[in-house]
Amino acid sequence: MPNKRRLKICRQDRVWDVDSDMPELDKNRLLYTEHLTKTYTMGDIQVHALRGVDVTINTGEFIAIMGASGSGKTTFMNLLGCLDKPSSGAYFLDEIAVHGMSDAELTVIRNQKIGYVFQSFYLLPRTTALENVELPLLYCKKCSLHERHEKAMHALGTVGIAERAKHFPNQLSGGQQQRVAIARAIVNDPVFILADEPTGNLDTRTSIEVMAVFQALHKQGKTIVLVTHENDIAQYADRLISFRDGRIISDKANPAPRSATEDLKLLPKLDEED
Amino acid sequence: MSILGIIRIALKSLMRNKTRTFLTMLGIIIGVAAVITMLAIGQGAKKIVEEQVNSMGTNVIVVSVNFSQSGSNVRQAAGSGNLLEVEDVDAIRDQIDGVLYASPVYTTFGQLKYEGNNWRTGVMGVDADYFYIRDMKTSSGELFHASDVENGAKVCLIGKTVADNLFGDVDPVDKIIRIRNIPFTVKGVLAAKGQNVMGNDQDDTVIAPYTTTYARLLGHRWRNMMVLVSAESKDAIQLVQQDILDLLQSRHRGTTSEEFAVRTQTDLADTANSVSNTLTILLASIAGISLLVGGIGIMNIMLVSVTERIKEIGIRMAVGAGKRDVLLQFIIEAVAISILGGILGILLGFGAAKIVGDIMKWSIAVTPWSVILSVGFSMAIGIFFGWYPASKAANLNLIDALRYE
Repeated sequence: MPNKRRLKICRQDRVWDVDSDMPELDKNRLLYTEHLTKTYTMGDIQVHALRGVDVTINTGEFIAIMGASGSGKTTFMNLLGCLDKPSSGAYFLDEIAVHGMSDAELTVIRNQKIGYVFQSFYLLPRTTALENVELPLLYCKKCSLHERHEKAMHALGTVGIAERAKHFPNQLSGGQQQRVAIARAIVNDPVFILADEPTGNLDTRTSIEVMAVFQALHKQGKTIVLVTHENDIAQYADRLISFRDGRIISDKANPAPRSATEDLKLLPKLDEED
Repeated sequence: MSILGIIRIALKSLMRNKTRTFLTMLGIIIGVAAVITMLAIGQGAKKIVEEQVNSMGTNVIVVSVNFSQSGSNVRQAAGSGNLLEVEDVDAIRDQIDGVLYASPVYTTFGQLKYEGNNWRTGVMGVDADYFYIRDMKTSSGELFHASDVENGAKVCLIGKTVADNLFGDVDPVDKIIRIRNIPFTVKGVLAAKGQNVMGNDQDDTVIAPYTTTYARLLGHRWRNMMVLVSAESKDAIQLVQQDILDLLQSRHRGTTSEEFAVRTQTDLADTANSVSNTLTILLASIAGISLLVGGIGIMNIMLVSVTERIKEIGIRMAVGAGKRDVLLQFIIEAVAISILGGILGILLGFGAAKIVGDIMKWSIAVTPWSVILSVGFSMAIGIFFGWYPASKAANLNLIDALRYE
């Protein structure tokens, strides 16, 4: 099955290759969108959630997407994460035209190219941390049981929670749960990590801890797209994109990103959560 | 994703809800057990009927007078000739090709006495041929001979029940019992045959020569007689049946074929079988309905389970589960419940069938056919009733599923 899907993706590649108007291929370019729009129809009213977004994201960037609720940042995130399809415009991920893909093809893209971290963790209940992390591997091409365990344990180790592998989500604190979710996001070695308000449900200290994990991953070369409405949290990223009314209103580099590990040292010592 | 992997996922999620899984299974367990037991009882009844019919002897034809017909007949009058006579028996034996043996059968009742003991039972008067037709043997003593019949000897054979009741521990052979106060010498005890199709005790009987019975017990008065005939082969039965009817009509003037009933073993077997088949179908369809209800139970629980796990489905889809993966997962869950329930149901059915068999003293038979049927049926139920909830799950919108609270 995956072979068949990949074949279709290749064909999309070729379509794009023929198009000579495309800008010079940038080695570092991970994804870019061209006039991406999304319109919802609610009864008789048309809601323009996204009114034409052009953005380019390069490999190795740590981007914070900000905006108030209703600004279109969540819609943009859904499109970026291939969870939803755009109404018009183009989206190329890894030089693959994603915007015209079928549901089945998008499923493979989600599995192979993108790692998700959600606000409320979205771990499967009554399933161990290890099994939760293994989840994306279950749905990818054949991967032996042993290999799955190894990769999942490695991912848990990367986020520093390997000793909790056999715990169920309800036995873990919020911060630990989010780490498991991050481990799940990186286990399949995606091209970028998409984090939707990953600190929204966490207290300040735990939020900074989670941001420290993201920064550590970033240092290892991972591309991270972080959606947040908290300015404090956005300051840990090195590029800030702001949304308002379905458009990008600012896109600038963060000249001096804060360091989460440094901030943690400044915080007063609290009771250790574990 | 491989089917094996999806099976693992499905089983794991079933294990997470053990109680619910078991309760859902219960419907199928009871349904399958009911089907198995009912079919086993039906098969058991059929087997017994077959044994009974076979125990009558081989290729047996029973000739008797149809009372309901002659009763409404204006020609009916005493000695009008539509009754069977001993001469008819000789004619059947001598004139019809394919007849091996023929014996008259007189039946009457009598009070039996041996010393202080009393027993009332049916007495049959037969020719020595009767033993060949019915394939009768003695467990002690010996059968009476043709010469005893010719001489009108006052001898008899008794069934096991009669022996037990009259003699207890005493050996009945060569003892003298009184039937309606007439002394008969017991020549032997018949081998036990057990109950027949109607539940009558076949061992509660006394057999004497028909001559003696006619002269001593019936007092030369007219009594209805039956004729038992055995054909030489199965193929000959139909022909012999027709020939007997023709012969009797020619021997008894002015009678119609309806006045004689010439029934074969096969007729009896067919009647008994059709009764037990109807019963089996009735029982099995009631059991089938309970299986259907069990299936609807599965669908119900699966629908609840899908609603309950919308978020889980969303997460799985977000990390790369396709429609097919989700569809298969839920169908496999439903099928696993029904197959596991089916297996437990079969075991329960075996147990129930055995208990019923022990209580009814039947040789209850669970046929492999009924096992295959109920496993296949329960699997089909799983797929059928699992499909709707599964497709509901697979067609969820990803964003809605993720945001579902």
